[in-house]
Amino acid sequence: MARTSQPRAAKPASKAAAEPPAPNRERPAEPERFKASKDQLLEFYRQMLLIRRFEERAGQLYGLGLIGGFCHLYIGQEAVAVGVQSALTGGLDSVITGYRDHGHMLAYGIDPKVIMAELTGRAAGISKGKGGSMHMFSVEHGFYGGHGIVGAQVSLGTGLAFKHRYARDGGVCVAYFGDGAANQGQVYESFNMAELWKLPIVYVIENNGYAMGTAIGRSSAEDQLYRRGESFRIPGIQADGMDVLAARGAMEAALAWVRQGKGPVILELKTYRYRGHSMSDPAKYRTRDEVQEMREKRDPIEHAKQELLAMGVSEDALKKLEKDIRTQVAEAADFAEQSPEPDEAELYTNVLVESY
Amino acid sequence: MALELKMPALSPTMEEGTLARWLVKEGDTVKSGDILAEIETDKATMEFEAVDEGTIAKIVVPEGTDGVKVGAVIAVMDGEGEESAAPRESGENPAAEKAPHADASGDPEKHPNPADKQEPTPHQMETAARELVADVTRAGTKEAADPAIPEGTQYARQTVREALRDAMAEEMRRDERVFVMGEEVAQYQGAYKVTQGLLDEFGDQRIIDTPITEYGFAGIGTGAAMGGLKPVIEFMTFNFAMQAIDHIINSAAKTNYMSGGQMRCPIVFRGPNGAAARVAAQHSQNYAPWYASVPGLIVIAPYSAADAKGLLKAAIRSPDPVVFLENELLYGQSFDVPQLDDFVLPIGKARVVREGKDVTLVSYTIGVGVALDAAAKLAEEGIEAEVIDLRTLRPLDTGTVLKSLAKTNRMVVVEEGWPTCSIAAELCAVVMEQGFDDLDAPVLRVTDVDVPLPYAANLEKAALLKSSDVVAAAKKVCYR
Repeated sequence: MARTSQPRAAKPASKAAAEPPAPNRERPAEPERFKASKDQLLEFYRQMLLIRRFEERAGQLYGLGLIGGFCHLYIGQEAVAVGVQSALTGGLDSVITGYRDHGHMLAYGIDPKVIMAELTGRAAGISKGKGGSMHMFSVEHGFYGGHGIVGAQVSLGTGLAFKHRYARDGGVCVAYFGDGAANQGQVYESFNMAELWKLPIVYVIENNGYAMGTAIGRSSAEDQLYRRGESFRIPGIQADGMDVLAARGAMEAALAWVRQGKGPVILELKTYRYRGHSMSDPAKYRTRDEVQEMREKRDPIEHAKQELLAMGVSEDALKKLEKDIRTQVAEAADFAEQSPEPDEAELYTNVLVESY
Repeated sequence: MALELKMPALSPTMEEGTLARWLVKEGDTVKSGDILAEIETDKATMEFEAVDEGTIAKIVVPEGTDGVKVGAVIAVMDGEGEESAAPRESGENPAAEKAPHADASGDPEKHPNPADKQEPTPHQMETAARELVADVTRAGTKEAADPAIPEGTQYARQTVREALRDAMAEEMRRDERVFVMGEEVAQYQGAYKVTQGLLDEFGDQRIIDTPITEYGFAGIGTGAAMGGLKPVIEFMTFNFAMQAIDHIINSAAKTNYMSGGQMRCPIVFRGPNGAAARVAAQHSQNYAPWYASVPGLIVIAPYSAADAKGLLKAAIRSPDPVVFLENELLYGQSFDVPQLDDFVLPIGKARVVREGKDVTLVSYTIGVGVALDAAAKLAEEGIEAEVIDLRTLRPLDTGTVLKSLAKTNRMVVVEEGWPTCSIAAELCAVVMEQGFDDLDAPVLRVTDVDVPLPYAANLEKAALLKSSDVVAAAKKVCYR
């Protein structure tokens, strides 16, 4: 279902309806589904399954009262982070996202233990327990958060892209945001400057159909979000975010454009979250049947599994992988439960870098 | 009909200007819309257009003349208007009339013929802001020396505007990560000319004009800082930073803490803050108390050019996010600036700018001029006021304030801003908690009136901080 945005120019009546309108400017190439090797797909599968099991466990810990505040789970959307980030170059590119950030960190290979320990607010957490679910960072991995204000990461990510350009380091920033953030004003201020200055950034819209409880049709006058850059001359690509290979393929097309110095691209990945917006969301705004249908027919992990089996990976190998992941997640959860809370003196540290 | 062409007022704060160039000569015929001359104000070079048709009879002020007061006659034109052929009595000796008109209405007795419609004389706009600037001028340089500056240092007079520009230029020369971004900072040379010349020296990759999108470019700057650059983000005024306050507070100030010290945000948000001249409620607000209430931010609000330079350099070098509050009315004021190769002042240190034993006046930014002026008036009545310039508002140098209070036992806080939840209110709390035993009288606040700043000249005057109120408050706490 991948497609690139085309201007909706009225076609002359005499022309054949099948003939596509000529684009009025250059566009990124039509994305192709990524042709993964068996090992590559196995790795994507492993990452997606790790995110799924990690998030399920986080949901349980929340229910036990071990995780507080807001906790936004990534279950259902795993193919997006894994597909997109697998195309990036480690140590060069940068990633920034909103508060639904656990999956992006796991996809970057950040240790599940320090993520889970952050969720439980422990000293060993990646932010020393001072950030929590929504505020996690790993500068070492080029992961710049983890931001709690809807849409803020779009401007901040544009700033990271500015840094790549300023430093001429060849890096690209990926700024993720949801269909909800896509209506924030600062997103368009950023689009304008990003295109004006041809900044190296891929805006990845994770369109899961619901901005908290508001369905996209009720919140967005233009619900084809990949077109949202048109008035800034930013090309858009729309692809299936429930298929890790489609997501990866679309990201490749986007990256090719950006790395050529042609400026930003919007990549809309249509996805779905199975759980509520956060742990405290009863999700009354959609039917159980709708969720069930997505889980049964569109699940990215199940699809990858079937594809792996078709490629000749054995059931046993997949079972072993699943078992290893369960162990890894259980260890992360134990670590997060047993690690001590931050020292009380930590209350006053890291407010400022320097003493004045 | 002879028409006097008078020096126009080209900006709210302009009092005089330089007649840079005449584009016409005596005897030239001009028509409405022709450009007659170029006039330089402290902010920009402006073109002066003819509004009538006629012949240039006499050029009174030659080109290259500095300090031409608003309203002074600069040329005389023989008009060719049809409605009046009557010769005009006045203007035969225009050179004699060099002083600006004090009154827009002029002298009606000089113009008995109602058909002889003379353009009203341009004159300085009435504004109470001028009194604030006058306080600064009167306060002069009778300040105590800054202990941070070595003895024997040479000084040069410099405006606050020039000092700020030099600070940015010096830091950009020494650190490639530093760049300046904002509206009109590059090609226009700065809406208030603070970034003048920077584009020429550093180019458009480091001096960056943005669209009018404060939220967006504040976020881009903050993201660039997270990525390791050192942005200086100029807001045309801090009133417009309201659009961007989310990034200043939620993104910049909290990053280091939220990341457990892992991710830094070394950024400077700077621009004019506080009341200017007759720009009314939406363009006249002191945001110092807002930003100073936020942990994770450094907030600096300098008064003198030396402090503006030394503290802006320190702000750019700081690994922490800094809100640097300037003042439009101070931009054109000159102070002695030390001629040191690398003049960096410590953040978080107040300064005693005038020593005294009877009462402590605490202030910051333009209020310091008001306090110093009040101190001079108090001295005439035998009251020696000590004046403290806070310079940094967060972290607040309470030590210097409390030390002075221990000496004088009386304190008045002087603040160009609202009284409620102000820096003055904060200082009152600090003194209650930590200096109570030193008090011989309640601490008083002298501030702007607690209303949105009105436009009308008389109401503006009634709303803004006045040194006479500082004098009255100081006498009250001295029981005099």
